[in-house]
Amino acid sequence: MTTETKKEMRTIWYFVGWMLLVVGVIIFLTGIYYLISPARPETVLQNLHPDIWWGAIMLVVGILFLFFDNKMTQKNLRQNG
Amino acid sequence: MEEIGLTFIDWLIILIYFVFVLGIGFYLKRYTENDEDFFLAGRKNSSWVAGLAFLSANLGALELLGMTGNTFKYGMYVAHFYWIGAIPAMLFLAIYMMPFYYSSRIKSIPGYLKLRFDEKTRVLNGIAFAFMTVLVSGINLYAMALVLHTFLGWNWDVSMWASAATVAVYVTLSGLMSAIFTEIIQFFLIWFGLFLVTVLGIVEIGSLQEIFNRIPEAYSSLWSTSTDPSENGMMVTWAGIVLGLGFVLSFGYWTTDFLVVQRAFSAKDLRSARMAPVIASFFKMALPFIVIIGGLIALVLSQDANSGFALLRDGDKINYDSALPMLIARYYPTGLVGLGVTALLAGFMAGQAGNISAFNTVWTYDIYHSVIKRDASSAHLLWMGRVATVGGILLSVVTAYWAKSMPTIMDYMQAIFSWVNAPLFATMLLGMFVRWITPNGAFWGLLAGMGSSFGMFLAVKFDWIDKSLITMSEVASDMAANFWRAWWAWLICFVLTIVISLFTKKRSEKELVGLVKGLTEETVGKPVPLMKKPEFWGIISLVILVVLNVYFW
Repeated sequence: MTTETKKEMRTIWYFVGWMLLVVGVIIFLTGIYYLISPARPETVLQNLHPDIWWGAIMLVVGILFLFFDNKMTQKNLRQNG
Repeated sequence: MEEIGLTFIDWLIILIYFVFVLGIGFYLKRYTENDEDFFLAGRKNSSWVAGLAFLSANLGALELLGMTGNTFKYGMYVAHFYWIGAIPAMLFLAIYMMPFYYSSRIKSIPGYLKLRFDEKTRVLNGIAFAFMTVLVSGINLYAMALVLHTFLGWNWDVSMWASAATVAVYVTLSGLMSAIFTEIIQFFLIWFGLFLVTVLGIVEIGSLQEIFNRIPEAYSSLWSTSTDPSENGMMVTWAGIVLGLGFVLSFGYWTTDFLVVQRAFSAKDLRSARMAPVIASFFKMALPFIVIIGGLIALVLSQDANSGFALLRDGDKINYDSALPMLIARYYPTGLVGLGVTALLAGFMAGQAGNISAFNTVWTYDIYHSVIKRDASSAHLLWMGRVATVGGILLSVVTAYWAKSMPTIMDYMQAIFSWVNAPLFATMLLGMFVRWITPNGAFWGLLAGMGSSFGMFLAVKFDWIDKSLITMSEVASDMAANFWRAWWAWLICFVLTIVISLFTKKRSEKELVGLVKGLTEETVGKPVPLMKKPEFWGIISLVILVVLNVYFW
């Protein structure tokens, strides 16, 4: 979607960024909680702590989406005066 | 069976997804001012947005579960659906067909049939497509409730009505625009929610090579066992794959099914519209790394008695669709389970939204505006689009309850596509590339193609004829029969359209300018660098396709 419309509609990348960021933070923090909590549910390969690093990856990707979307929005605003 | 347990955190992630999609619907409503905004998202999308939506409209959860289960059952042959069964058709659409579609400024595929042929061909296809879309949408809704009930223990009625109501709200508010937004969110949720299964599966087994070492050759090869159908799990020959799946079914779906093509129509210019399927082709080729590898991981684990992994059983029958949910339950801790379930839920709902946004467009433009109210204003069409959305959703719910009372309907999903899309591809191909094809030739050819496909289906189903008559082989699975039926329906439509056109009145060449190859000036836009040309990326995509096929031969 474009930000060039008269009402400056948010792009889809903005929403994707927030979605990944919010969900990533929740998964990452849950992973950290279970790292220190003894009552962790049993799953295969849980010793690799996939929730921590996968949540962190989602979080970083979400931030990148928001950063580049913001950059593009500013650029378009400058171009449109 | 033991259900996958959800904790508060998992429910929170699911809730956040619902808040996002509903919020997007309300946010986008203020940008939906006329019928073009509602039905074609204002034609202002970039190639990336149109491309990801193009792919995501096809990427339903039913497909993810079904194809992972099919891989467990048939092995690597399922990858044909993602490679030869998709990529050539997507590239053909981008390079050769999109210029006619986009430049004629049509709003739907039946709209092209009206311009190229006549009103009756448009209405025939419009009705067939609307019927097929509601049927598929209802079956998807039923399948979603079945999955949620089986794996999570959710109530049938609540699951169906809650998801149908959510889709109805956001599609009614802003039409295709919100459908596309949610499809792209679904795309990322599916990759982040399900790709980790593959990663952890490979880590547990040791390596990708180890997975292939542990399965029989019939399951690990793409082509080397295709000369004799009894040697591969799908019981199909290379000819059935190439003609039925690779040519007719694939081209019929990817180049003429309005559900996916509508996303490319929403692009801001012709170059973006052509780039959309090319971009989608790269991600389509990557999907086997979730579904195919996931299915093979499930197969390897189930063969290892020490792994403790097994698919669910419904009585004596193995529930193949349980492969992906069982892997999620095996590897995902709290939080990630919520993400995996949300990915499946998003896949179901985005698929529902895709079907409904295509249905409301075809109903409004090709049936209502074309037959019932020809003088409707833009504001009236916008209103009708919203009414059609609610009506379409209600019809889907009714269909879902019907499917629930007759579960075998699920087995006929592939067959439905061969009734409508396979003959339509013959009509489109001839219409776009042969100038002397006539309106009567197209109409009667299409009708005969659809009728013959349905007739063959009934004849085999009720044993009026032997299946081998269609599949030309004593050994053939239902999947192989689908491939061959699509091929024959296409051929019947193709030949009849030509023969009838030889004896019926042609349209003047003046009327066909812009619609037929040879009568259309090549669109020369402003020169773009090589790296921005659809043809360049199309060739890269083809090279990757060839490499994948040779590597997994």
